[in-house]
Amino acid sequence: MMKKALAPLTVIVAVLFVCAPYLIAQAPLESTMGLVQKIFYFHVPSWMAMYTAITVCAIASAMFLFTNNRSADAYAVAGAEVAVLFGLMGLVSGPLWGRKAWGVWWQWDVRLTTALLMELIFIACLLVRKYGGPGSEKLAAATGLFGGATAPFVYKSVDIWRTVHPKTSVVPELLKGSMPGSGLPFALSAIGFVLLAILLMQLRVRLAKEQVHLDDLYLAYEQS
Amino acid sequence: MKTIIAFVCALLLAGPAAAFQPPPSAAQSEYVPATPGASTEQMPAAPLLITAYAFVWIAAMAYLWTIARRLNKVEDDIRALERKAPHSR
Repeated sequence: MMKKALAPLTVIVAVLFVCAPYLIAQAPLESTMGLVQKIFYFHVPSWMAMYTAITVCAIASAMFLFTNNRSADAYAVAGAEVAVLFGLMGLVSGPLWGRKAWGVWWQWDVRLTTALLMELIFIACLLVRKYGGPGSEKLAAATGLFGGATAPFVYKSVDIWRTVHPKTSVVPELLKGSMPGSGLPFALSAIGFVLLAILLMQLRVRLAKEQVHLDDLYLAYEQS
Repeated sequence: MKTIIAFVCALLLAGPAAAFQPPPSAAQSEYVPATPGASTEQMPAAPLLITAYAFVWIAAMAYLWTIARRLNKVEDDIRALERKAPHSR
């Protein structure tokens, strides 16, 4: 079913990504930050896409750990890779916004620091899988599961601790109409990013399954 | 042993140093639209905005390209192996 959905999904993602700059340009300017606040329209969606990938990675990692399902392992690696990709987007776009909003590229603020640590956990997950030797899939799955467990803390960190980072209430307030005309561009951008994450994960799962098939063929060839 | 003592001392000194940091300003809880015509820019923001958007595009396209390259290679290997041993499937 997912294979059939791949083509329409690609078209929808392409349309949303082409329309996004126009819609973002039309959105109103924020009072204190001005133009640079528009980074928000793809900074927050990139984290939303990362959280989607993290959810997939954590659930698939748990399934692989407890049931040894190879298909779940394919989803776990896909989720981890896509999480790293979108985390990188968030970690690059954030400092570009911070340079103007805070006057510095980086603050060792609780949100920024925990987000960086979460990104490093998923990079570690991929490194363990690639260079950990035989059986490293299980270790990588455990790392992915723990990476998933950190995600709620990173999300709520701005509400729990004193921080310079905008709070989580910014997004619901925006969608409720705190800045008229900016809810739709944000919603479409968020949908575009999440769909892009799903599309990339689906392609990565296909690659992982083909790699398993190739390994099986090598094994059969060696034994024949 | 000296290293451990130095490490413990550094940890003990780090606490007060962190305590003397100026408190961060209150976090923003919602965005407020600018008054039409009001000046909002002191530093050019367009290069930062364009860089951020370009990075997102380049990263997504680069990742898509690596998946396509890896997928092609695996599929080529599968085809080559199936040609070598057609009954091993």
